[in-house]
Amino acid sequence: MTTYFNEEFETLPRTALEALQLMRLKSAVERVYNNVPFYRTAYDSARIRPDSVTSLEDLQRLPFTTKQNMRDSYPYGLFAVPMEEIVRIHASSGTTGKPTVVGYTRKDISNWADLMARSLVTASVHKGDIIHNAYGYGLFTGGLGAHYGAEQLGASVIPISGGNTKRQIMIMEDFSSTVLTCTPSYSLFLAEEAKAGGVDFRNLKLRVGIFGAEPWSESMRSEIEAKLNLTALDIYGLSEIMGPGVAQECFEGKCGLHIWEDHFIPEIINPETGERVAEGEKGELVITTITKQGIPLIRYRTRDITSITYEPCVCGRTHARIARMSGRSDDMMIIRGVNVFPSQIESILVRIEGVEPHYLLIVDRKENLDTLEVQVEVDEQIFSDEIKVLQGLSKRIEKEIKDMLGVTCTVKLVEPKTIQRSEGKAQRVIDKRAL
Amino acid sequence: MMVEQISIFIENKSGRLAEVSRILGDAGVNIRALSLADTSDFGILRLIVNDRDKAMAALKGKGFTVNKTVVVAVEVPDQPGGLASILQVLDSETINVEYMYAFVERCGSNAVIIFRFDETEKAIAVLAAKGFNMLEGERLYGI
Repeated sequence: MTTYFNEEFETLPRTALEALQLMRLKSAVERVYNNVPFYRTAYDSARIRPDSVTSLEDLQRLPFTTKQNMRDSYPYGLFAVPMEEIVRIHASSGTTGKPTVVGYTRKDISNWADLMARSLVTASVHKGDIIHNAYGYGLFTGGLGAHYGAEQLGASVIPISGGNTKRQIMIMEDFSSTVLTCTPSYSLFLAEEAKAGGVDFRNLKLRVGIFGAEPWSESMRSEIEAKLNLTALDIYGLSEIMGPGVAQECFEGKCGLHIWEDHFIPEIINPETGERVAEGEKGELVITTITKQGIPLIRYRTRDITSITYEPCVCGRTHARIARMSGRSDDMMIIRGVNVFPSQIESILVRIEGVEPHYLLIVDRKENLDTLEVQVEVDEQIFSDEIKVLQGLSKRIEKEIKDMLGVTCTVKLVEPKTIQRSEGKAQRVIDKRAL
Repeated sequence: MMVEQISIFIENKSGRLAEVSRILGDAGVNIRALSLADTSDFGILRLIVNDRDKAMAALKGKGFTVNKTVVVAVEVPDQPGGLASILQVLDSETINVEYMYAFVERCGSNAVIIFRFDETEKAIAVLAAKGFNMLEGERLYGI
């Protein structure tokens, strides 16, 4: 017997769900047209009147919203309500060092808590569970998002946040935590550290882990389940849309993530043409938020590659399922849960070197943690006959990247022309992580 | 009083040093003195050669990053205490040595110490005042 957080909405028959979506979509389009100049201009120039959206199919006629649009509107340009109604602001890394900013009304926060609670229940979490929440707290939506959902559900939440792994293991053990929420790579790092410290996960009370915020794979799932002795489930979310809890894999089916269609309309498109692809086919996930007030987004291009299925699920939920994210349609890398674009690193190098740099980013996973190596070619501009000058340069680049992007990296200086030149677009990233 | 040295950036991997010396050999460049400073990832090869321009052109042509730096060559008697006598003077005048290396003249009883100072002019003035003999570049290149 499946337990639901909100049975009525989670099991709405398809026709009722779509009727609800249409009603909410119309209202969302109306609201952005009236309150957000960006959308008004876009719809006016495409000659689309908000009241001409009369079916879910009409959504396809609306233009996309992109991360670039959010960047151009930095920080509050896409907010649809006056600042007095915004009670929380989050941000995620953007492509130029400027973050992407999102604002939540009180109602948005409560919807988010409900959807996160729904996601937790979908992962079999219930009142009485003790949730060890190791997602980072702060501007990043992971920590607070999972936290509010846990409280909304009535579970006991330990706001441990990230870092200090030895202490995390002690607390997990002493506090009898039953649920772990963190990035998949951090869970494996926890396992290694526990093993080194003589702690056996079989003696812990952990029962289920809810992992997200970075790409992972079925083989990683098996490894995590074996090493941490728990059921590992996938959660999906992004700050632009809300944060964690946009979609959640169910404990019963363990096959795809239910995307909460009473709040979000998912579409899968061909990232080249922008056309929708057939059910089950891979493409870029596009999400329309239909209940958000603070910053509603119409047809937001997530750049995440997945597929969708409307097949009924064994858990009884009627909401469509998206497959585990299999990549990105842009060059964004996710390193230890942090979004990093090569262009961000490039702009840091340009600032330091004063010229267009030749560089290569090598992403790897060592001892279960993502590593980033930045190879920089030494040209006459930056070369010095003194070791300390070159070492100082490496340190400075490492520090700037850490300060601007929040990612630890090592800089390796290499001879000119060692980084391969390709025709057209240079290859800037080598991802060695076997996912 | 000044000597021009060329520096070459090389990655710390096998065969790079051989490659540099082969290029110089093929170009007919003679190496007078050298030093290699290295870290775990990269090294800087510093050379005094008979023909700087030819050496730089040959190395750049093969894709190496090369630059020219001014260093000072000081002659000291090839005997115990020779180096110490210079360093003492530099120390008392608080002149910083960025790096240094040495070689012994082929004929004659002197050693030559190559210094890279952060304040080259001041160092030359101090050493000259103390009576040290500094070699002209042309003399060194032609040894």
